[in-house]
Amino acid sequence: MLADVLIVLAKVVLALTWTLLLALFLTWVERKESAVMQDRIGANRASVFGLRLFGLFQPFADAIKMLFKEDFAPTFSQRALHWLAPTFSFFFVSVAIVAVPFGDTVRLFGRRIPLQVVDLNAAVLFVLAMLSLGIYGILVSGWASANRYALIGSLRGAAQLISYEVALGLSLVGLIMVFPSLSLSRIVESQGALLFGFLPKWGVFLQPLGFAVFFLAGMAGTKRVPFDLPEGESEIIGFYTEYGGLKFGLFMFTDFLEVIVLSAMSTTLFFGGWQVPWLGDGGFAFPWGGRLDVAPWAVTVLRVLAFNLKVFFFCWLQILTRWTYPRFRYDQIMDLGWKVLVPLGVGNILITGLILAARG
Amino acid sequence: MEPLTRIQREARPESMLINMGPSHPAMHGTLRIMLELDAEKILNAECEIGYLHRGFEKTCENKTYFNLLIYTDRLNYVSPLINNLGYVMTVEKMMGVTAPERAQLIRVLMSELSRVSDHLTCLAAMAMENGAFTVFLYMMKAREFIWDVIEFTTGARMTTSYIRIGGVRADLHPDWRGSLATAVRETRKVLKDVSGLLDKNSIFLGRTRGVGVMSKEDALSYGWTGPCLRSTGIPYDVRKAHPYLVYDRLQFEVPVGECGDNYDRYSVRMREMEQSLRLLEQVAALIPDAAPLGGGPAIEPAEALARSRLQRADERVRLSPNLEGSEKERLPGLTAPDPLVGVPAKEDTYTTMEGLISHFLFFMSGKGIRPPKGDVYFSVEGGNGEVGFYIVSDGTDKPYRLHLRAPCFHIVSALEQLIKGRFVADVIPTFGSMNMIGGELDR
Repeated sequence: MLADVLIVLAKVVLALTWTLLLALFLTWVERKESAVMQDRIGANRASVFGLRLFGLFQPFADAIKMLFKEDFAPTFSQRALHWLAPTFSFFFVSVAIVAVPFGDTVRLFGRRIPLQVVDLNAAVLFVLAMLSLGIYGILVSGWASANRYALIGSLRGAAQLISYEVALGLSLVGLIMVFPSLSLSRIVESQGALLFGFLPKWGVFLQPLGFAVFFLAGMAGTKRVPFDLPEGESEIIGFYTEYGGLKFGLFMFTDFLEVIVLSAMSTTLFFGGWQVPWLGDGGFAFPWGGRLDVAPWAVTVLRVLAFNLKVFFFCWLQILTRWTYPRFRYDQIMDLGWKVLVPLGVGNILITGLILAARG
Repeated sequence: MEPLTRIQREARPESMLINMGPSHPAMHGTLRIMLELDAEKILNAECEIGYLHRGFEKTCENKTYFNLLIYTDRLNYVSPLINNLGYVMTVEKMMGVTAPERAQLIRVLMSELSRVSDHLTCLAAMAMENGAFTVFLYMMKAREFIWDVIEFTTGARMTTSYIRIGGVRADLHPDWRGSLATAVRETRKVLKDVSGLLDKNSIFLGRTRGVGVMSKEDALSYGWTGPCLRSTGIPYDVRKAHPYLVYDRLQFEVPVGECGDNYDRYSVRMREMEQSLRLLEQVAALIPDAAPLGGGPAIEPAEALARSRLQRADERVRLSPNLEGSEKERLPGLTAPDPLVGVPAKEDTYTTMEGLISHFLFFMSGKGIRPPKGDVYFSVEGGNGEVGFYIVSDGTDKPYRLHLRAPCFHIVSALEQLIKGRFVADVIPTFGSMNMIGGELDR
């Protein structure tokens, strides 16, 4: 009993540390990637004992700076809510990560430990629910700041997130029809099979349209360029106009966590999660007939690595997009959501249903 | 209690009033736009200017013609050389002076460099405010190469004061061909990259196509000039309509837009930069290499002074410290021969009595540049339109009255009309494509 509790605790700590460290790392990646794209050098001054490491210490310097800034709230703001808003945002998005499987199972001291904090049987719904609860952070922050720009920003944010929630949910229905389960671990396991004998049975190959809708709607949910209307720093400054220091830092951090959650969900649902193509429990079985035996511990390591690589690829892709495109306008983003993504999501369900029905 | 503004009096009780500016990230310089909003829709708008007012025109009445040149740098601070040119050519027209050929070519070179840097800055800011930060930095990179050429030649990046009454202050930097070629090459590359990023980008098109549409008639009645007017389809360019300097000998086209929306203002500027680069190459081919300075050893001014107690030294006097290319031998090619128009050569001032006297005569109050009585208007094509100076002279060394025709004053006056009834987010590209420069607007 005690051992079970300890294992869960260890997994919680591990998952949170992984997420937070990855988010910190992403702030560095964003700085550097944008710098490479824009012919700059990027942050490279932060150092520890003269060791610069390409500015890898910059996130820590940022964190320290934000920690020591004045905890400011404007006079007319509602203090309690003003303080609560960033914690709402931060909490809900970091909770979402617990449902994602990082790897298959490890055998330690005679126990089988799945590399997933909790294996919920409705994990897909749980993640979607947690992501939508994040709206409260935005709404509350805009309302509590007593600032008109912040209010406009929070209203835009709420409208945008609710609209894209619909498309996000619809895009997953097709996938759930194909892998008849709501449990993320089950979905990942079923993606280990092969299509036509050589292609991994990943969600993206079965549901290309579903993936496109899911990823676009998910990106709109992360509120980053080109979907950064709630912030729109040059138009309305955004829902966190009146935030500074650590509270602003939490909002910033939430953005990066959302990027990670979206990447993790895309990986898990559409790109096989921790599955490595053609790697079974005993080793590789290539479609052209070759075999390569791999030790069980190495299989686990490879799978965890694969998961991380895929997540990292999607983070990279999102940052690339963020630094390439200009921003939408409010009515255009609503058009894209309701007139393009929602019909596409519904169409995807219809097509999937027809194909499934035809195959019996 | 402060009096109510128009928009406060007219606002409906249920709509939201919001202040965009004077401190707002998208209001370059300082402009205050008061908006009456119904959620995202702008019901009514009122612009208030004057937050950067520093009394330029009044100041000029108390400065000599020579001294007030430096104030013109601070008008359109993105392309100061064109302001210099506009003012200087107005005074020259008054005095009936023409700059030497080489100085005219250098002026064209500097004007076109400034125009490119002006357009780059405008479009970069416009793109950045629409969220395309990468475009901003690409264009800033190109501007850096252009400013290298300007800095090498004029010694300053922004407050150049390089174009002087009668000519220019110094010759081009010895290595100007190299740095100019780099600037042209890099700018072409950046323009290509930016075209690739924005021209067919549906998000960018959605933000700019059909937004902020200005009709030809309205544009004319507001007094629009420059790229903004040309975007509506009227091919009015001062360089073509009233050619000055050597523009009539150069080949270039005047790009025009179709419907006068934000995208047209963007694309006219992009195409104009291409034409300016073309002009730069033509002018660079026309400017001959500077003749090498006369041989013989050069002596320090102090030594020349010591020797001149016995007999005037014949050797060349080393000019230091001063801007490269402003040596006495080069001056005839760079400024008009009239000693009361151009600053006397520094070698003479430092080493001979006569030189010192003529220096004093030039700078003493009541002496120096004194245009004849009368009034004159002259305009040049600036970065965002026709930069005109109207000067009334009473025959003294200070203008009786100086009026600046700032192009963006007329352009910004149409902003209220363009954003009314549109979305809050439309203010940003519309305002960005107008290229408002606070220093010029609030003179």
